[in-house]
Amino acid sequence: MRVNKPAQLTKLRKELVAAEKKHAKKIMVCCGPGCLANGAARIVEELHKVLKKKRIKGFKVEALKETGCHGFCQQGPMVVIEPKGTFYTHVKPKDVEKIVDMSIRKDETIKRLLYDDPSNGHKIERYHDIPFYARQQRIALRNLGQIDQYKIEEYIVVGGYKALAKALTKMRPEDIVAEVTTSGLRGRGGAGFAAGRKWSTCAKAEDTPHYVICNGDEGDPGAFMDRSIMEGDPHSVLEGMVIAAFAVGAHEGYIYVREEYPLAVENLKLAIQQATEYGFLGENILGSGFDFTLKVSRGGGAFVCGESSALMKSIAGEVGEPRAKYVRSVLKGYLDKPTVLNNVESYANVPVIIDKGGKWFAGIGTKKSTGTKAFSLVGKVRNTGLIEVPMGTTLREIIYEIGGGILDDRPFKAVQTGGPSGGCLPEDKLDLPVDFDTLTEAYSMMGSGGMIVMDDQTCVVDVAKYFLAFLVEESCGKCVPCREGLFQLHGLVQKICDGQGSEEDLEKMEKLSDVIMAASLCGLGKSGPNPFISTLRYFRDEYLVHIRDKKCPAKVCRELIRFDIIDEMCDGCMACLPACAFDAITGKKKKVHVIDQDKCTKCGACKVVCTRDAIEVL
Amino acid sequence: MVHLTINGRVVQASEGEMLLDVIKRLGIDVPAICHHDSVEPFGSCRLCTVEITRADWDGWKNYVTSCLYPVADGLIVSTHCEPVNEIRKTLLDLYLARHPHSLFIQKLAAEHGVPTTSYAEVPDGDDCILCGLCTRICERMGFSAISTIGRGHTKQIAPPLKEAPPDCVGCLACAHCCPTGFIKYSERGPKRKIWGKQFERIACSQCGKLTLTTEFADSLSVTRDIPREYFDICDDCRRMEIAATMGRLSQWTREEETAS
Repeated sequence: MRVNKPAQLTKLRKELVAAEKKHAKKIMVCCGPGCLANGAARIVEELHKVLKKKRIKGFKVEALKETGCHGFCQQGPMVVIEPKGTFYTHVKPKDVEKIVDMSIRKDETIKRLLYDDPSNGHKIERYHDIPFYARQQRIALRNLGQIDQYKIEEYIVVGGYKALAKALTKMRPEDIVAEVTTSGLRGRGGAGFAAGRKWSTCAKAEDTPHYVICNGDEGDPGAFMDRSIMEGDPHSVLEGMVIAAFAVGAHEGYIYVREEYPLAVENLKLAIQQATEYGFLGENILGSGFDFTLKVSRGGGAFVCGESSALMKSIAGEVGEPRAKYVRSVLKGYLDKPTVLNNVESYANVPVIIDKGGKWFAGIGTKKSTGTKAFSLVGKVRNTGLIEVPMGTTLREIIYEIGGGILDDRPFKAVQTGGPSGGCLPEDKLDLPVDFDTLTEAYSMMGSGGMIVMDDQTCVVDVAKYFLAFLVEESCGKCVPCREGLFQLHGLVQKICDGQGSEEDLEKMEKLSDVIMAASLCGLGKSGPNPFISTLRYFRDEYLVHIRDKKCPAKVCRELIRFDIIDEMCDGCMACLPACAFDAITGKKKKVHVIDQDKCTKCGACKVVCTRDAIEVL
Repeated sequence: MVHLTINGRVVQASEGEMLLDVIKRLGIDVPAICHHDSVEPFGSCRLCTVEITRADWDGWKNYVTSCLYPVADGLIVSTHCEPVNEIRKTLLDLYLARHPHSLFIQKLAAEHGVPTTSYAEVPDGDDCILCGLCTRICERMGFSAISTIGRGHTKQIAPPLKEAPPDCVGCLACAHCCPTGFIKYSERGPKRKIWGKQFERIACSQCGKLTLTTEFADSLSVTRDIPREYFDICDDCRRMEIAATMGRLSQWTREEETAS
C-alpha cells in the first residue's frame, strides 16, 4: 500500500497500533549478530514449531518477533516476553517448550532462565531493572530489540516516518538544516564534524546534482554499532537519509555497506523495497512532490574504504584509494559533486531530532558533544555488548556500572577507544567524561565507538603490534609514509616484543611517527601511529621493561617468557605430556616433569591442563 | 592573479595553479617522483611536501603536498625548512629500505643526504616504487590496461589477473615514464614483448623501418579517426614524400611563372 499524505500515515499507525494491542503477549527473540552466532535462529524456528503445535488461545504467531540486537550480548541468546519485559538469558532450543507452556500459556516465570545479578546473586526478572540497561539512554538504538527487524509496519507502530512526514510537509529545507544545527549533532563516524554545517554547505553548493551517502563501512576491530542498526532498524537509517536528502536537495543516495555485513545488505534492501512500496522513498514521497531514490552499494572489504574520498571512489566503481582533500568532499564528493556523507548512527539520530526538536537533543550530553553515543563494549569486561549513553558519561561508569567491571575481578589496565586509530587510556583517565573533545585531549578519540577493555593480562606493546599489523594490511598503499612508514613502525614494535629493541629504537619510532602523521595523505596514515604513540605515552615503563629487562610484564610476548614446572607443585600426573604437541615435556609417573626449553613453543597448553597449578610463566 | 610568498620571495601565480608548478617555475628543486605534467597530480610519493602558513594563522603550520595544493593569496610557503627536510629525508630513507637495489632511489636519496637506510631493508624489494605513473599514463592514453592490485605493503602494479593484458597495445608509454626503469620490455626484429604480451610492429612500406605495433595503429585509427593506411609508412618517409610533393609544387609554380 502507498501512503500519499501525512494524515494517511497517522491513520495507518492508529490501525497498526490497535492491531498490536490485541496481542496480550509478545515474544521478542534477539537476532542481533551475537545472538545469531549463538543460535538465535534455531530458537525462532523452535518457537514457530511449538507455537504451531500448541495453538495457544489468544496468541497469534505475529506476536513472535525477530528483533535487532538487544545489546546485552553476553547473555545471549535472549528472549523477552512483553508486556512485562520478562528477560530470559542463555536460552537453548530445548527451553522453548517450557517458555511457551509457562510464560505464554500461563503467566509464570522460569526462574532458571532469568538474569543473575553478579553483585548479589539475585535473579532479576525485568530487563529494565538490570543495571546494564538502567544506566543507558537510547536514541540511535531506540528500536533495537523493540521491533521486528523485517517489518516496516513495526517501525511505523513506534512512530517511524512521522519525522519524515513532518519534515516534508511542515518544514522548509533550511528549517531542517537549522534544526540539525540546533541539535549540535556531530558525526558519529568518529571525526565529530558538525552535521548541521555539513548539510548547510552542501545545500548551498551551486553545482548539481547533490548526493547523500551513508557510510556503513564500519571496520574497526570489535565494533558493531552500525551493523546492529543496519540489521535491526534499517528504516531509521533510511528515514534519516530521506530527511537529509530533502534538506540538501539531493535526489539520489547510496548506503555503502562493508563486504562483511551480508545480513545488513539484505535487511537494508528489504527495507528500501518496503519503504518504496509505502511511498517513503522513490517518486513523490508522501505526496510532497519530492523524489529520492536510494541504492545499497557493497564494499570490497577494505578498511580504508571507510575514508570518505576512498568510499566515494569505491561507489563510483574505482579503486578505493583516498585523494588529497584540499577541497572538501561536501563540495566535491561523489562524482565530484556536492555530497553529504554521514555514518549510520548519525542518520539514525536524525528522525528523533526532527520529531522532538534540536533543542531537546542538545539538552542531552555535554555542551559541545550533544546527544548520546553508541558503543560496542568488548574485551575483558563482564558485560560485553552494545550500549548507548549520554555524552559525558565517564569511562568508569561505562566500564564498571554498565559493563559490570573487569572479568574475573582482575585489575583494570587500559581501555582502547576509537578503533585502530584511537588510543589506550590508563586507569587514571577512567573518570574522564566520554565526549569528542575530552577523548582527543587525552590523546585518544571517540572514533566510531569501539571500546575494548583490557586487564593486567594484556601487554600494551602487543596491543600496539596488533593494531599496527591491522593498519599495515589495511593501508591502501597509495602513499609512502603510510605504506612504508607503518610497515617499518610495525617491524620495530615487533623487534621490541621479540626482546631485540633498544631505547634508540624508541626515539627513532617517535620520529618516524611524527613524519607519518605529518606527511600521510589521508586519515588512516595521519592517525596510523596512534596505537604506538598512545601506548607509549601512558605505558612507557612497560616498553622499557621489554627493552631493558627483556621481560613482558603481562607475560604475553612469546620471545620474552618461558614456561617452567614448579618442582614442589608437580605430582607427576603426566597430564601435561600429551597436551604438548611438540614433545617438549618429559617425565615419569610420580616424578617431577621437565620442560625442554628448546622444544617449547610456549603455546600454554600444558598450563591449561595442569590441575595443580604446577606450571608457571616466567 | 594571486600573490604568495615562497621561501621569502613574493611571487605571482594564476588562480587554480598548484604550488608545485609555481615552485618549479622559480627554479627551486623539489623532488616529485610521482609527478608528470601529462597526468593529474596524484600525491603518492609525498616528496614534494612543503610547509605552509599564513600571517593570520597565528603561527599554525601545515605540511601539504605541493603538487596537489592550489595556490592562494597570502600563502607563505617554505620548501626546504628543517621539518620539511626531515620529512623528505625520512621518506627517502623508507624508500631506500623498500627498494635497496634501485639506482634511481639510491641517487635521489644520496642527493638529499641519505646515503644508506636506517630501517630494515626489505630483502626482496623490487624497483617498483608504486608511484602509479604507468597506470595513470596508460589510463590517459585511453587503454587502462594495467592497474594496481592488492593494497598496503603488498600492493603491486599488474595487468588484470597477472595475465597478458587484453587492452594493452604495446605503446611503451608505461615503460618510458617509469622513473626507475622497472617496467621491462624486449624487442627482437618486428616482435615486441611487454607485460607478457607479444606484439608485431608495422614495417614501413617504403623503407622497411619498424614503427608502431599493429594494435596501437588499429586503436589510434579508431579512436582518433585516422585512416589506417596512414600508419603504413614511417614518419621519415612521410616527410620525404611531403618534401617531394612540395618540390613538385614549387617546380610547377616556377614553370608557370616562366611560361607567363
